[in-house]
Amino acid sequence: MSDHAHASAHHIDVKEFHPRAQAAIHNPKIRQNFRKAMDGLMTKRKSAFEGWDLETLRDLGSNIRMRALANLPDLLEQLEAKLTENGIKVHWAVDADEACKIVRDICVARDAKSVIKGKSMVSEEMELNHYLQEHGIDALESDLGEYIVQLAEETPSHIIMPAIHKNTDEISQLLHDKTGTDLSHDVEYLTASARLQLREKFRNADVGVSGVNFAVAETGTLCLVENEGNGRMTTTVPPCHIAVTGIEKVVPNLEDVTGLLALLTRSATGQHITTYFNMISGPRKPDELDGPEEVHVVLVDNGRSSIFQDDELLDTLKCIRCGACMNHCPVYTRVGGHTYGTTYPGPIGKILMPHLIGLDEGRHLPSASSLCGACGEVCPVKIPIPDLLVRLRQESVDGDKLHPAKVRGHGAKRNSLEAMVWKGWSFMHAKPGLYRMGTGMAAKFHKLQPGNLGAWTKYRTAPKLAPKTLHQRMKERNT
Amino acid sequence: MSSRDTILQRLRNRSGGELRAPACDFSVLKRPDWSTAEKLGLFQKTIESVHAEVHRTTEMDWIEKLIELMAARGVQSLLASNGTEVGHRVTQAAAARDDFPEVRVYDKAIEQWQEELFSTVDVGITSTRGGIAETGTLILWPSSDEPRLMSLVPPIHVAVLYASELYSTFHEAMQKQNWRNGMPTNALLVSGPSKTADIEQTLAYGVHGPKELIVLVIE
Amino acid sequence: MADPIKVYPPKPSKVYFYGTCLIDLFYPDAGMAGIQLLEREGIEVIFPEDQTCCGQPAYTSGYHDQARAVARSQLNLFPEDWPIVVPSGSCGGMMRKHYPDLFKDTPDDVRAAEVAGRVWELTDFLLNVCHIKLKDLGKPATVAMHTSCSARREMGVATVGPALLGQLDNVELVEQVRAEECCGFGGTFAVRHPEISSAMVSEKVDTLVNTGAREFVTTDCGCLMNIDGYAEKNQQPMKGQHILSFLWQRTNDGNGEA
Repeated sequence: MSDHAHASAHHIDVKEFHPRAQAAIHNPKIRQNFRKAMDGLMTKRKSAFEGWDLETLRDLGSNIRMRALANLPDLLEQLEAKLTENGIKVHWAVDADEACKIVRDICVARDAKSVIKGKSMVSEEMELNHYLQEHGIDALESDLGEYIVQLAEETPSHIIMPAIHKNTDEISQLLHDKTGTDLSHDVEYLTASARLQLREKFRNADVGVSGVNFAVAETGTLCLVENEGNGRMTTTVPPCHIAVTGIEKVVPNLEDVTGLLALLTRSATGQHITTYFNMISGPRKPDELDGPEEVHVVLVDNGRSSIFQDDELLDTLKCIRCGACMNHCPVYTRVGGHTYGTTYPGPIGKILMPHLIGLDEGRHLPSASSLCGACGEVCPVKIPIPDLLVRLRQESVDGDKLHPAKVRGHGAKRNSLEAMVWKGWSFMHAKPGLYRMGTGMAAKFHKLQPGNLGAWTKYRTAPKLAPKTLHQRMKERNT
Repeated sequence: MSSRDTILQRLRNRSGGELRAPACDFSVLKRPDWSTAEKLGLFQKTIESVHAEVHRTTEMDWIEKLIELMAARGVQSLLASNGTEVGHRVTQAAAARDDFPEVRVYDKAIEQWQEELFSTVDVGITSTRGGIAETGTLILWPSSDEPRLMSLVPPIHVAVLYASELYSTFHEAMQKQNWRNGMPTNALLVSGPSKTADIEQTLAYGVHGPKELIVLVIE
Repeated sequence: MADPIKVYPPKPSKVYFYGTCLIDLFYPDAGMAGIQLLEREGIEVIFPEDQTCCGQPAYTSGYHDQARAVARSQLNLFPEDWPIVVPSGSCGGMMRKHYPDLFKDTPDDVRAAEVAGRVWELTDFLLNVCHIKLKDLGKPATVAMHTSCSARREMGVATVGPALLGQLDNVELVEQVRAEECCGFGGTFAVRHPEISSAMVSEKVDTLVNTGAREFVTTDCGCLMNIDGYAEKNQQPMKGQHILSFLWQRTNDGNGEA
């Protein structure tokens, strides 16, 4: 297990959510880039599901995921057995550190110096690039968006579209500064230049590291969803392929991927299907002419087994990482992905990250939502995200004696002043006579109402107390 | 205790209630029984909408069509497979005709000619294991005869598809071909040329894989 | 789990009216309008005197003990099996959807679920239970509508407001872009994250103003406070009111109060 403290590559203090949010909101470029992108993604999703019985399809997605989770330990063992039978080596990692170390050890055993990477959010969770770099192994992202983000020394701002926070101008400037590409507004030219640079890297990489979208237990198959072909390159060209995946990605049957794939691509980018759906069930066979000679799978826990303990929080693990929740989130759209300071931003990040980093570290995440419900409405596997946000808010203030908090770092947001305010509020509202007296007095003295209500009146006028409450008017009416 | 056992034990000894596995009804994925013509129409419309090119041809004429398409693009070199029917037809034609581009056959391990493959081959031509009408998708099962990189590295990928092997949905294809009884080392669904929208949501083709996908449909 | 399909009850002779704390203090006219609309439909309206608040502010803030104490004080207010109508999607959603969760594993669980099952959002009730027919007496007007997120997603009544407004012959309903997006209120969210909330409401006001309408209606007083307050503070030409007030004003022939 972990033998050293894992230093963050980016030194982001998750707790500093507010200043980052404020900066993002006052950054017109960020606002514009996200608004434009999210509007496009929402429109595309909607049209991709036209003609579908979407509720029934979402039920299927939810059931597929729940059926998998209900048998998770058995399925993982079945997956392991089947992968092993297929010639794929299986590794287990309790946390990110251990997962990093496994990848490094595989590289060291092969005397590998360079790693090419396909898109993998789990590897972002692990901060694998940073780790490998520290241990003298070059790790290069090959997904165009990830490549851009890596060149900019940033982290992805969206789980599907990592460089969505940047516009063409910014990317052109970045490619120019870092790779010498001519400045251009021509996206095709910029893309072609990246192709050229990365093809060399694919050819010479010692190891390819990818993520996994679905791992099928019955056949021992790793499924990868992508458009660019970098995932296929990563998993085919280098002599060794390492797939890193969260333990929750396993499904029992091959059939299951048909339902999940139908939901995933349409929810994510509004595509009926992506360009490539890559199903890997083994390393190169003796008579085959290409493909990696070694394939490894690293099954990463990193907090997932804790989430698995709780019947309500368990739903978090149904996630198939489509990003629809962030695409539809009015908060994400305003503040962008980096504001969250976490690997996974947006609604899914708000319910997932507290388990990975602790609710003390992530104390502001569950509150950064108006609970509008857009995320839950579009979630292809019906994760009740708003309900889980409320649950985590409860946990963050230890707010329910009947259901004691469980998440690591719970209670960190509780402060005695706010607790007192709610106690006072409860005292008054649980006693109708007292409530009527208080509200009646407020109405009577409505003209003395203060105009300054802090954060509220910074942007809005104060709501105006009525001269008589509804209670008073109804009482007058009945007498 | 090993990490494996630690994880499995934590999962097995979970503190919550017993988890029930819900039934999964896949009938929502089912489509009407389309005729071959309907399936082909939908396949073509859908795959063309993502920038692929479809040419309807026949068993007799597809080589001719291929030559025409290659000539129009000024293709110099074409990669064919070693042991498939498609590869066989291509090498035969190449031997018989002088208007054919140079044909390379993928007959040695990638390590022996990787640079050549990456830098000199214009087109890879492969067979398919059928297609999917609903999503405009080709099914590819690379093999020792038809290795994985044929459909990935060359800038143009030509795929030969029999209209009679079109399925309505992915689900149907998988069931009818009984995939769960044995998967190849690598199976692929290909729906268009390689593309990205990572720069400001603007589509660009050929980012890592083929810039062009041409489907020859044999009716 | 799929949401249960809504089964509307037959039109009752009596209902409980749950006014909500925001209406009680800030928008009693909207409450009166709702009551009068119900009465005009021949329904006797019972206003339980001991109503205070549904408990939602504490609930969504994570203070479930306090929310439960307040909500428990409300559970006894509806002893007969009459429907409970609420002029708010948000408070309605709290009672209908969240009371069962809040009282799970408590002695009040059965009662809470029973009460929850009788809760209706008022416009939905008027349209789909009372089958109200509105006769427009007002001058031609153009109006925009903001349906609250809870009315839309928790109570599933997004089509109700437009349908009611559609009955008014002289009213043209115009739709703003991104109509389904949150206005940024979100209860305590508006004061916990004032910058984000204001960024949301400013865009909401912009889209409303861009419809050309100069007034809007909404199902919820939280949204109303937020949108109206922002427009007023920033001198935007947009004024809002609760949809119930609007409906009552347009159709009242002078025989009612308010």
